[in-house]
Amino acid sequence: MKIVVCVKQVPDTEAEKRLLPDTLTVDRESSNPVLNEMDEFAIEEALKLTEAHGGEVVVLTMGPDGADAAVRKALSMGAHSGILLSDPALAGSDAVATSYAIAQALGTTEYDLVILGSEASDARTSLVPAMLAERLGLPQLTFASKVEIDGTSITVNRLTDYGHDVVQAQLPAVVSVVEKINEPRYPSFKGIMAAKKKPVAALDVAAAGIDAALVGQAAAATTVVDAAQRPPRSAGVKVTDEGDGGVKLAEFLSAQKFI
Amino acid sequence: MDHRLSEEYEALRATVEEFAHDVVAPKIGAFYEREEFPYEIVAQMGRMGLFGLPFPEEYGGMGGDYFALCLALEELARVDSSVAITLEAGVSLGAMPIHRFGTEEQKQQWLPKLCSGEMLGAFGLTEPGGGSDAGATRTTAVLAGDEWVINGTKCFITNSGTDITGLITVTAVTGSKPDGRKEISSIIVPAGTPGLTVAPKYSKVGWNASDTRELSFVDVRVPAANLLGERGRGYANFLRTLDEGRIAIAALSTGLSQGCVDESVKYAHDRQAFGHPIGANQAIQFKLADMRLRAHTSRLAYYDAASRMLTGEPFKAEAAMAKLYCSEAAVTNAREATQIHGGYGFMNEFPVARMWRDSKILEIGEGTSEVQRMLIARDMGLPEA
Repeated sequence: MKIVVCVKQVPDTEAEKRLLPDTLTVDRESSNPVLNEMDEFAIEEALKLTEAHGGEVVVLTMGPDGADAAVRKALSMGAHSGILLSDPALAGSDAVATSYAIAQALGTTEYDLVILGSEASDARTSLVPAMLAERLGLPQLTFASKVEIDGTSITVNRLTDYGHDVVQAQLPAVVSVVEKINEPRYPSFKGIMAAKKKPVAALDVAAAGIDAALVGQAAAATTVVDAAQRPPRSAGVKVTDEGDGGVKLAEFLSAQKFI
Repeated sequence: MDHRLSEEYEALRATVEEFAHDVVAPKIGAFYEREEFPYEIVAQMGRMGLFGLPFPEEYGGMGGDYFALCLALEELARVDSSVAITLEAGVSLGAMPIHRFGTEEQKQQWLPKLCSGEMLGAFGLTEPGGGSDAGATRTTAVLAGDEWVINGTKCFITNSGTDITGLITVTAVTGSKPDGRKEISSIIVPAGTPGLTVAPKYSKVGWNASDTRELSFVDVRVPAANLLGERGRGYANFLRTLDEGRIAIAALSTGLSQGCVDESVKYAHDRQAFGHPIGANQAIQFKLADMRLRAHTSRLAYYDAASRMLTGEPFKAEAAMAKLYCSEAAVTNAREATQIHGGYGFMNEFPVARMWRDSKILEIGEGTSEVQRMLIARDMGLPEA
């Protein structure tokens, strides 16, 4: 079985993130780039599936120069090879364009399963997995908290607000995973050393068969018109209990529509 | 001439940093309070391959080197010294002597489990009557037929009484040399051998989530084949073990020094006094500058000693200097970090309180500061009294 895991390099989750004032895109220079945390769960799941069923894991990322660090980390966790899709024409691509570009890049390889994290910690739209499945014309099994494969059939627990649905499809398929699904391994030193020798194929838009007019900031279906700094946290409301503390608390919660 | 980390060393360092931050930091305080060995954290360190770092892949190791181990120790000790010393003792005292002096059979038998962290090894050298004076060993081993019969007491032995302790290598007097000096050999004693009594854990000032015990041996019988290395070479082998171990303790000390900087900088931002963060006070800034300087210099000192060791140059004096400097710097940084934290620094729930308690032993374990000064002075060929 061949599994492609799509990963993204994002600004450090714990760092203060900002938008660049001129382009209103994420300032990638101001914080350390890291592998999107949710993608580590996708990699772990792919590794577990191939450990159980045999096969190989290919890591695909689209990003600027330096995004290969995200691929290297996945390789040091145990993935077998990587694909780095990088081209200045892709800068500023929105989710629609990204799903198109990734779908085209996936056309350069064979696969039985595509796994993604269910969201990236920078934009947090959760759009790409579903869009990608549509682009590829494959079944989409999103927000998976459990994945099982039996022959050519795949069954996942799909996390919902009230519990989970059990959904089933035939391979090939696209799966997005949530953090509940597993506990990602840390790379070992042996894995780190081995990652150096694993192949990473570089693709630009031409090599991936991407129409440059359909990607990048100019082609984005949405535009960020304005951005403002998050207001500083307000001091909150202090309730002094003069025998009516309970009532005042209830009034506050009611005003906030919590009760 | 470049002392900065290669891409692979940096990737390892960053991985252990992430693990220490995400897994160790949130959990270790409770283990420390309860003086409990953190089995789950140690198991995770094992799965990451930390216990196999400097050993070849054929024995289940990671194919790295001693410097890789030092980087891991520094990053763990930035957050907590108990897990760092568990790793240090497990690798450099437990497994390394077997790797370096063991027969092929002994390596096959013990190393894979020690490398995976499923099993911990301990090294029994110190006795109630002598630490630094290793030649004063009183424990005896007598060859009776095809068995060694061991009698004696060992104290302050790290990792010797956990549920996963698999072996204790002990030094024992096995006879006398032609010149009348004691013949000392190392012998592997599997955990659970009849006659070996493991005392309850010591009540320690620091390192409270690590396992330290006194061991008594009464007619403990092990096969003659459990001799580790040549008979009569136990003391010489042990000295090599200690020289390396000093670099590891220097790395661990550097981590503690850096952890004190990390915590204090955070606190200096957050803590308000007289209308501004205390970090705006020059008195605090100068303390922090000196603390960072000590952590930085410590790192350079142990990198240098490790680099000499890896290239096969003499490193005894450099290891002693690194151990001496780094441990004294760690004690100073821990004291200053506590001072910056004020009353909160005296509360056990604050990491700096743990670091303060953990720091003092660094000037004592694996050769006291006084022994290090002796070694450094001896290396200059000064006249003898």
